[in-house]
Amino acid sequence: MAEAVDYKYIGTRPVRPDGVDKVTGRAQYGADPILPGMIHGRILRSPHAHAMIKSVNLSRALELPGVHAALSGADFPGGIGDEAIGGESGGTMSDLAKNVMARDKVVYHGQAVAAVAAQTPQLALQALKLIEVEYEVLPVVLDVRAAMQESAPLLDPTCITKGVKPEPEKPSNVVSVTTFNRGDVDEGFEQADLVLEREYIVPMAHQGYIEPHGCVAQANEGGAATVWCSTQGHFEFRAATSKLLGMNMADLKFIATEIGGGFGGKTVVYLEPVALLLSQKSGKPVKMQMSREEVFRATGPTSGTYGTAKIGVKKDGTITAAKIWMAFEAGGFAGAPTGPAAMAVFSPYTIENFKVETLDVLVNKPKVAAYRAPGAPQSMHAFESILDEAADELGIDPIDIRLTNAASEGTTAPYGPKFPTIGFVECLEAAKNHPSYKAPVPEGAGRGLAAGFWFNVGMQSSAEVHVAENGTVTVVEGSPDIGGSRASMCLMAAETLGVEYESIRAVVGDTQSTGFSNVTGGSRTTFATGMAVVQACEDIITQCKSRAAATWGVDDDQVEWEDGHCVPKPGVNAEVKPLSLADMAAAAAKTGGPISGRASLNAQGAGASFSVNFTDVAVDPDTGHVEVLNFTAIQDAGKAIHPAYVEGQMQGGAAQGIGWALNEEYIFNDDGVMQNAGFLDYRIPVASDLPMIDCEIVEVPNPSHPYGVRGVGETPIIAPLAAIGNAVAHATGVRINELPLSPPRIVAALDAAHKA
Amino acid sequence: MRYEAPTTTKEAANLLAKAKGKAFVLAGGTDLLVRMKAGMLEPDLVVDIKRIPATRKVTKTASGFTIGASVSGAELGENKAVKKAWPGVVEATELIGSDQVQGRCTMVGNLCNASPAADSVPAMIAAGAKAAIVGPKGKRSVAVEKIVTGPGKTSLKKGEMIESISLPKGGAKIGDAYLRFIPRTEMDIAVCSAAVCLELGAKNVIKKATVVLGAVAPTAVTVPAAAKAIIGTKLDDDALDALAAACEAACNPIDDKRGTIEFRTEVAAVLARRAAKIAFERAGGK
Ligand SMILES: Cc1cc2nc3c(=O)[nH]c(=O)nc-3n(C[C@H](O)[C@H](O)[C@H](O)COP(=O)(O)OP(=O)(O)OC[C@H]3O[C@@H](n4cnc5c(N)ncnc54)[C@H](O)[C@@H]3O)c2cc1C
Repeated sequence: MAEAVDYKYIGTRPVRPDGVDKVTGRAQYGADPILPGMIHGRILRSPHAHAMIKSVNLSRALELPGVHAALSGADFPGGIGDEAIGGESGGTMSDLAKNVMARDKVVYHGQAVAAVAAQTPQLALQALKLIEVEYEVLPVVLDVRAAMQESAPLLDPTCITKGVKPEPEKPSNVVSVTTFNRGDVDEGFEQADLVLEREYIVPMAHQGYIEPHGCVAQANEGGAATVWCSTQGHFEFRAATSKLLGMNMADLKFIATEIGGGFGGKTVVYLEPVALLLSQKSGKPVKMQMSREEVFRATGPTSGTYGTAKIGVKKDGTITAAKIWMAFEAGGFAGAPTGPAAMAVFSPYTIENFKVETLDVLVNKPKVAAYRAPGAPQSMHAFESILDEAADELGIDPIDIRLTNAASEGTTAPYGPKFPTIGFVECLEAAKNHPSYKAPVPEGAGRGLAAGFWFNVGMQSSAEVHVAENGTVTVVEGSPDIGGSRASMCLMAAETLGVEYESIRAVVGDTQSTGFSNVTGGSRTTFATGMAVVQACEDIITQCKSRAAATWGVDDDQVEWEDGHCVPKPGVNAEVKPLSLADMAAAAAKTGGPISGRASLNAQGAGASFSVNFTDVAVDPDTGHVEVLNFTAIQDAGKAIHPAYVEGQMQGGAAQGIGWALNEEYIFNDDGVMQNAGFLDYRIPVASDLPMIDCEIVEVPNPSHPYGVRGVGETPIIAPLAAIGNAVAHATGVRINELPLSPPRIVAALDAAHKA
Repeated sequence: MRYEAPTTTKEAANLLAKAKGKAFVLAGGTDLLVRMKAGMLEPDLVVDIKRIPATRKVTKTASGFTIGASVSGAELGENKAVKKAWPGVVEATELIGSDQVQGRCTMVGNLCNASPAADSVPAMIAAGAKAAIVGPKGKRSVAVEKIVTGPGKTSLKKGEMIESISLPKGGAKIGDAYLRFIPRTEMDIAVCSAAVCLELGAKNVIKKATVVLGAVAPTAVTVPAAAKAIIGTKLDDDALDALAAACEAACNPIDDKRGTIEFRTEVAAVLARRAAKIAFERAGGK
């Protein structure tokens, strides 16, 4: 492990600069801007889960007084190509276009079919009722296994499965198959003392961000436009909108408002191109906001999956072979997270023989979008569950079996590269030494443990740092702040410049006022944008040193930067006072003008973040109710810049993972209509459902980041699924391999076990 | 839409009786306003009853308690006398929603919304509550179990509203309890529920009992066979088994997103068993 470094600002927990406005309600979210003359847009959604659109007639809606514009798919420019959407989400631009507004076909219930803009939201709703759409209803396929049958209705009759040889001749709903192999699995299973094979099912789940999608768009007559929106990446939203509307990107300004959660779900556009087109048509600013029901019916959940897992283990716990086959629901358009699911699943372990196969399968459900560590919760739920069952059978402690097989520096990751310094073993050891793990399992309860892993990404970021005339500092970045990243940027700037946190503020610039930055996603912001901020601050230091050198009449290399001051190098004969950043700022007019630094980069070396979670649960055998008695999340953050916000990520991910494990699921009727499109029946945990999530941050610095940062945002959601499942298995003595572990499912499983 | 806020029950009944189109009483609004906002209801007249003094108070009478129709869950929960006499009824009412909803929601609104899963209703029925109805033809008093006739349907006639709910006195040998099952710990709708009210006689033997189940049929169901199973017993295991069997037999639930038929049936019986034990203890039984 690298040596711990003492920092002055990094690792402290100052109040976030955006906090006051958020708790007082002043903060402006996506649907908050109000512009003079603004009107309100609403979307007409498909009542069918699968149908051809024969015609759309907007004329009666347009005749309603107070209606200013109406549109359907035909109003969008055609010719959108098949290039990838990019960012964290799968699929092509042409699919994205149809997901924003259907053209000749709808592939899920709730897909956008038309839109209107009117004087008031009520009037817009009334106008929607006047739009006439003629459908030819098609048979619906909802289950991923049913969708793979030859007799299944085809969502896309031109879809030929990619990734299998020979290329199939007939179309099917299977878009692609992703395969990773190492060694010889059959031989590996031969060597094992214990071989287990199980089926695992994980339901479709929504990100559940509290702020529904919202935006305001204002187009002018000259072709320029401004869009305020709740987004994880306003640059990507600008690019997608310009493509979908055939607009000159230079004409578009996207402003990222405050965001009330995204978790991957706000990396793709839904409303923005529609609002902008309505604004162009009406000549008025248009506000659009989804209801919670629309969010559930038509925005990206993550895939439900059906899969099988097989494991071979020796008596000493060594894994000899592992195999995963898993079909992912893509929803109505291709793009399930099959790649990362396959790459992640075995990453915590050194396994000589493995095979993993993941399938991207079309079903008549909403098109999936990224959700925290896309694909990994599903695939790792399967493996972390079967590994636990193997440990039980062999009488090995769940931490020990993971230590026996743990990946460490130099291990070849299943997806190719060798791991640099990683902290999985450290997380396992922290779990072993944790007082809650050493404590006995409460009477009648069961304990479960599981591990998590996420790659994390770097990607492109820009930052500018401006020093004001009194030495205070503004950081301008292009990464929407979802989890407190502005505070983290200020801390890294404070540390680098040797300036107090309180004299630094960070702002998220719009697309016209700062350099390109990719989405806040892939757990990359504190790592990559942080790296840009640090480099921009270093740029300032270089400039300060040369200005001090000029002031003192010495060479540039005779000046050093020490604790926020320019000082002459030891031995340099200068009878001078050290110059602080404030001194430099005050003298700026005489030394070359205002001081500012900038950096734009494509960050390399995002360090993987591993986690270990454990929990004790009590199950009421008569009602199937699961009470989570305690939950401990341990994760390697590399270096926690602002520990409170690292813990926030760990606790939030645990809450989402526990919800997914226990109650969250999409329930459809046979026609493909979601039955629980609201928070009453789509049950994310409420505060009283959860214990305090105990966090332990492990710090194994990432050598590729100036302060050792690893991304922490995604890993936390992975382990809870299997940790809860394993705990329920230990509490009840019955393994239930289908999530959620809802009360009816538990009671049914216990009844079945009782009868057997 | 017209909004009226009269100050007497008679005035309210008159407004409702004369209304053209759809007229609704507004108590806490935690059902009505939600349904209006969701576009499920478009009333022509809304009569807010919260300014009617008679609906605002809880009074102790010679025969028990009268609870005004706009007394909120939180207000009821603060009334020590009612809580002491009818802990099950008060607990059931306090289960509705969250702190915010408690500040508004009423027992009568819960009753008149006529949801099969309404929490306060089984407890009211078990306790023998009566509704005081005011209409164009005057006042009448009706047992609470006669109000709801099906999901979303009540026996109230045009122009009628409920002014208050009355509960008997209760007593040292009477105990009641209500339990519901929800997958979460709050902010949920009962998947099934059970209320039990019983009275002990000599030697703590159960003399009278009422067992009511919620969310397992179109309306709350009173299960006389379950009551019979425990009357004359000291709630021994055999009696509890018989009560559970009678409850299972009385269930006629649906399969939906909130639970399966099997689950609702099984768990309703579990809850009845548990509620009976609590009620027995509250009545002084051992
Ligand atoms: C977030 C939330 C959580 C909830 N949780 C629960 C829960 O856990 N359990 C539960 O049972 N319910 C729950 N509910 C539903 C609701 O809060 C209850 O049914 C509540 O008791 C309704 O009372 P109210 O006074 O608000 O009724 P209102 O909305 O004012 O009225 C409901 C209906 O009754 C009629 N009505 C009201 N008063 C009278 C009267 N005096 N005479 C005749 N008709 C009348 C109205 O016209 C309307 O049709 C919840 C609601 C929300 C929004």
